[in-house]
Amino acid sequence: MRVAPKEIQTFRDDFTYTNSPEAIQRFPFPFPEDDYRYSVNMEPHTPKGGEGSAYEKFLDIDEHYLSEMKERSLVLKDMPHRCLAMEHMDLACWDMIERCMVSLAEDYPEHFVLECDGDNWTWENKLLDIKDTFVFGDSSTLPMPPMEYMGRQLQGDFALLDQREGDLFLDAGIITCPADWSLAFDAGMSFSEWHGPVPMAHSEGIFERALKYLTAIQVGKPVRRLNWTMTINARMDTSPETYHEWGHERTSVTPENVGEKVYLRVELQVLDRMPRSNAMMFSIRTYLMSLEDIVSNPEWAKRMHRVMKTLPAPLIDYKGLTRYHGMVVDYLSQFDKAN
Amino acid sequence: MSGDQITVVVSAIEQVAPSIREFTLTSKDATLYPFSPGSHVVVEMQGESKTYKNAYSLMSDPWDTDAYKIAVRLQDSSRGGSIYMHEQVEVGDELKITPPANMFAPEWGAKKHVLIAGGVGITPFMSYLPELMRRDADFELHYLYRGNNTGAYKAELAQELGARYFGYDSVQGEKCDIATLFAERLLGTHFYICGPESLIEGVKSLADECGVPASAIHYEEFAAPQPGMPFEVEIKSTGVVVPVGAEESMLEALEAAEIEVPNLCRGGVCGQCVCQVEEGEIEHRDHFLSGAEKAAGTAVMPCVSRAKSKRLVIEI
Repeated sequence: MRVAPKEIQTFRDDFTYTNSPEAIQRFPFPFPEDDYRYSVNMEPHTPKGGEGSAYEKFLDIDEHYLSEMKERSLVLKDMPHRCLAMEHMDLACWDMIERCMVSLAEDYPEHFVLECDGDNWTWENKLLDIKDTFVFGDSSTLPMPPMEYMGRQLQGDFALLDQREGDLFLDAGIITCPADWSLAFDAGMSFSEWHGPVPMAHSEGIFERALKYLTAIQVGKPVRRLNWTMTINARMDTSPETYHEWGHERTSVTPENVGEKVYLRVELQVLDRMPRSNAMMFSIRTYLMSLEDIVSNPEWAKRMHRVMKTLPAPLIDYKGLTRYHGMVVDYLSQFDKAN
Repeated sequence: MSGDQITVVVSAIEQVAPSIREFTLTSKDATLYPFSPGSHVVVEMQGESKTYKNAYSLMSDPWDTDAYKIAVRLQDSSRGGSIYMHEQVEVGDELKITPPANMFAPEWGAKKHVLIAGGVGITPFMSYLPELMRRDADFELHYLYRGNNTGAYKAELAQELGARYFGYDSVQGEKCDIATLFAERLLGTHFYICGPESLIEGVKSLADECGVPASAIHYEEFAAPQPGMPFEVEIKSTGVVVPVGAEESMLEALEAAEIEVPNLCRGGVCGQCVCQVEEGEIEHRDHFLSGAEKAAGTAVMPCVSRAKSKRLVIEI
């Protein structure tokens, strides 16, 4: 059974965000092994896990849809530069519109309807009460720039990467729920430039291999990987721009509240070749789950304890867990007595 | 083969020059993907004794999802693929193609685009032109050809592009002065070259002399794999030994032996089919590996490169 969008909850201030039992069950748990290690852990983005799984559809729409769209509009109201598209990315933005509208209308016909009469398109989003008619490819016929228009109707962050010189460049994006990175700072950077701060992986040649793989991704053959970090409170917008609002919350974790305060933050990242522009669409769909909810699954609790225990120090620092990592390990150890 | 193949039907064939045939391909079941200018598809041809796989540039409007067009020149040293396309393929036949892939996309940040085509090298630019015009981009096309023999489409191009078209017929002794093109370029101009290797090498070395940055020079050469001496290739992990005939590429021989090697362009450009070399001497013929990598002798592109020694031991 697929989870239906529920009433609006908050990712800030009073943090009313919760996961239903169904949402917990379908959470994309990111640790396949007891030891954590880096790998280019990519696989084809084809359906997996059956009906209702987070991997069932090309774009995952779940119970948090309305809440995340509200949160996105709050971020963009304060900081419009969290969405940008360089001029040469206009066609890529339209590729994204086509890819997303077509797949949403096919996968969720109860929520989204697309009618195409040549280049005259009518798009209806029943969840957000949107209905617009526009000319495909003509940005002047939309109520706002094409990437922003589409991004405001999609869960997760989206970037469009221009491919040239055998490299990928971050030339467009709508980034309102990043795990501590800034679109304004990374805009225009190449693949190796924006991965500059990642520890350990550079010497292992991972990025060279990943780039060779990514630049060869073909139309109609999207790939996905999971990434993860941790966040204090159910805060979607952990951007450098708002660091003053959330950075200090790391000091609020205590042995008593660690289970409810600390969230595992999982990114389902999908890379998909855009046909007209040859750009890559990079979507980052974020799932937040409190440790309390994680440990409701005994297998996850055990696995996560072992991963946290063996996490290398440079990664603890890079992911910003230094202040509370010990408390997380202690908390999880009660569910993994053998270790 | 990487990528799901698409079955297409040949809906029209036109002899556009004495040695060049144009094929219109329409989809059998699903609609075709739109594509980006400069894309190619790999066409699979079921010959009597072997399967041919040749890459051809798409030359139709990238927004047209009803049909793709390719042009095939009958190669003097054809290993069978272009002969097959010219002699065997008829209207109504089915062919298998890969989805479009692109190793030769326009640089949309360029202030101006200068396209230089040699003969049948005009094909990728046929898909550039509609998009350049849609974007109202600043561009010019320089078309070098040999009389009617390789000068397909010249009349329609001249008419459509007007002052942005420059044709050079070598039979008439007309020459394109590329050094002057470079010298008079606007800052931010990008140059795109498609044609025989001699043209590409000539333009590249001139660019170097004229101080044009390498990042502003883009080229695509669909070098069909050239024949050579027969040799054997051994897969180290399995011990399987595959003979490679004089007229086939190492990649084709491996595929015929049902050994899967990821690949995209089959012309020594994309880098997908690179294999580690454990033993043996390599004759490098690709444009992907750097000079240092070639000198190291530990990697080979089986789509075009061969062995100098009798046996090459590789790992896929």
